[in-house]
Amino acid sequence: MTPGAPALLASATIPDALTFAVAAVICVVGALGVVLMRNPVHAALSLVMTLFGIAVLFVEEDAQFLAAIQVIVYTGAIVVLFLFVIMLLGVDRRERVTADVFRGQRVVALGLGLMVLAEVVLLARTRWVTGARSATGALEGPGTNVAKLGRAVFTAYLVPFEVTSALLVLAVVGAVVLARRPARTEPRRGAGASPGGEPGTPSGEGPAGDQASQEVPHAGDAGGAGRRGGGDGADQVGDGGGARLEPEEVVPR
Amino acid sequence: MIGLESLRGLQGALLGAGGIVLPHIDYTAILPELILLGGMLLLLVVAALSPRRLATEFYATATVGIGIASLVASLVLWKDVVSHGPFTAVAKSLDIDGFAVLFLVLVSCVLIVAPMLAVGYLRREGIEGCEYYVLALISGSGAMFMASANDLVLVFLALEVLSLPLYVLAGFDRRRAASSEAAIKYFVLGAFSSAIFVYGIALTYGATGSTNLGQIAAFLARNVLTSNGVLLGGVALLLCGFAFKIAAVPFHMWSPDVYQGAPTPATGFMAALAKAGGFAALLRVFVTSFPTLRSSWQPVIWVVAILTLVLGASFAVVQRDIKRMLAYSSINHAGFILLGLQAATAQGVAASLYYLFIYAFLVLGSFAVVTLVAGRGDDQHDLSRYRGLARRQPVLAGSFTVLLIAQAGAPFTTGFFSKLYVLQAAVAAHSYALAAVAMGSAAIATFFYLRVVFLMYSGSAPVEAGVSPELVEPGAASLAAPALAMAAPSGQALASGLVAAGGAGVEPAWAKRSGGGSGASGEGDGAEPPGEATTGVPETPLSSSPWTVAGLGICVGATVLFGIWPEPIIEFARLATTIF
Repeated sequence: MTPGAPALLASATIPDALTFAVAAVICVVGALGVVLMRNPVHAALSLVMTLFGIAVLFVEEDAQFLAAIQVIVYTGAIVVLFLFVIMLLGVDRRERVTADVFRGQRVVALGLGLMVLAEVVLLARTRWVTGARSATGALEGPGTNVAKLGRAVFTAYLVPFEVTSALLVLAVVGAVVLARRPARTEPRRGAGASPGGEPGTPSGEGPAGDQASQEVPHAGDAGGAGRRGGGDGADQVGDGGGARLEPEEVVPR
Repeated sequence: MIGLESLRGLQGALLGAGGIVLPHIDYTAILPELILLGGMLLLLVVAALSPRRLATEFYATATVGIGIASLVASLVLWKDVVSHGPFTAVAKSLDIDGFAVLFLVLVSCVLIVAPMLAVGYLRREGIEGCEYYVLALISGSGAMFMASANDLVLVFLALEVLSLPLYVLAGFDRRRAASSEAAIKYFVLGAFSSAIFVYGIALTYGATGSTNLGQIAAFLARNVLTSNGVLLGGVALLLCGFAFKIAAVPFHMWSPDVYQGAPTPATGFMAALAKAGGFAALLRVFVTSFPTLRSSWQPVIWVVAILTLVLGASFAVVQRDIKRMLAYSSINHAGFILLGLQAATAQGVAASLYYLFIYAFLVLGSFAVVTLVAGRGDDQHDLSRYRGLARRQPVLAGSFTVLLIAQAGAPFTTGFFSKLYVLQAAVAAHSYALAAVAMGSAAIATFFYLRVVFLMYSGSAPVEAGVSPELVEPGAASLAAPALAMAAPSGQALASGLVAAGGAGVEPAWAKRSGGGSGASGEGDGAEPPGEATTGVPETPLSSSPWTVAGLGICVGATVLFGIWPEPIIEFARLATTIF
């Protein structure tokens, strides 16, 4: 960093450089936290830190709208969703993070990581952060951030914007397919008939859920419901999802 | 009643004086994609509204119909492109040229054949419903957008639209743990590679100031970058993302596990579509946008192609599971297609297009056979399953033989011409070493394809109930060893050598087959009842579903027909490359 530091101070204004440095430190520390924290909740909160640092960088780049979106969508919505999922799965569950699945994996990973780092440094060479604006990619012309973004979305990026809607439909269909109870091969009559499942139904995850629900007399026969309902997506989300959440697992202590 | 004009006025008023000019949307240019997406929504709505469960055949028929409609739309577009030349549509984010239309046609064909091959499976496993077809249609639209995308952002979104349904399809059979495992693996690694890809887009944007492929090419043609580290980093990351999608070697790890775990018809679909979409975008981005950086990326592709060819072929040899074997063989095929990219010439791209086109049918058909042989439960994939298949199901074994020897590159099949053209392109681009390695890998590949063929036609082994793996291995190896020995030396020679390799490899195969076959009937008649070699679940007879027969018929028919009469597709691929 030593050859870059004078250049950094020379061509950029001091506040810019300071803001960048502080935000960069926040980002990197947060990212390290995500990887190194043992507790998944702490890791998720570290992610908030990183995302917040990036929002600061956006502000520094005069992209205030993006900064707001970054905070609202990522830190506000997505990380909260992460936290929900972590809570649902149980915060107390201990992961054996120290176990080496493949022998020597860490050494290889460390070596490869250092190699990539060296490569980045080599590629960057003298091109350290200077605060100078990009000659090619900067925002140009009058108008506010939002206007520019809106213009881009509805002109140059119209097709990508519309394809995003296909992505959303697909996400719904995919989630329904994966979340519902697997249908049985043989239609079975007899075991509990209420499709909603009762509290206490063992949470069915993957194929194990099928067997588990056969063993418990009160099991919601979501598989049977699936056959009646036709295995056609939409109406089965409730079945699968409802039967899976088990109160004991939902409430973390 | 509000007229269209007043609506326009309202629009203008809302946008203000300096309002934006909305781009002209050329609906014929996006008609194939619109048909797929619209059809998909229609299927969903029909499925949700119908009071009783609709048969899976209904959805399959609808999907085939949608596929045919998009095929027609694509062919209309082809006529347009041929008569008026290539054009960009909707604010230059789509590039409608011969290259794109070829992939539109290919994806439509895949969407016509794939549902036919899935019907029997879905019924057999009791997982009917519209979702399989809906996901297939969305995935197809993603592949189409990938082929015509002229903007890196669109490439990325299309990549996601292509991949996400494939992740779900991989985990479609929720009762098998292997299927869920495949989905998770594919998803996690796929998401990781997508992130790398986006990083590549960001760096490329940073270096060139645009995500539009045309503008990137124009920028690079006008400017000489004094320090192009950022751009090279971006290009490298883009290549990583693509390489994952096409399962090229350093990024192939997911492919055998996912191919093995996914429901078998979904595996075939995934192999055909992901390869087509991935290669479409890879070829377009690298050949049209970064031609000025050719000296930088060509050596990388060279290394990747060699690794892909050699490792794909050698790992396939040691597999005992037919799906894993086909997975490694598809990695080997990816290496061959990369030859065309490495050449970076029009001839090379045309050869790659041709290869992709015929590969889709080969892989769809092969996995359809595997689906049937696996039997109910879809988990009997050991090679020993194929022993004596010719006696139990001669038509099925015959079809599989055609598909396998076509993959090996035997003459009179499409596989021969596809390999020949990529090798010709590589030789024309002076990549002699690469061509030689490719031919060596083809020789190795011949071995494992023929091993399955031998197994199918060697029913004579005195096996009681159940075949132990130990019994199969030495027999198959000793049978196929001469083929390998004959094929390997000729693999060192150049283009004409391939003919020799293919010929030498295949001739003894047929000779042995007839010998083994007659021996089998001689010995087998008295001793064993047919079908004794199967353990557990019986395999599904080909006649169980007319849909499968039709789909497999199309695949085998196309393989043989275009193997004897390859001009139409070759001409198609050549034209597609010239109208670029």
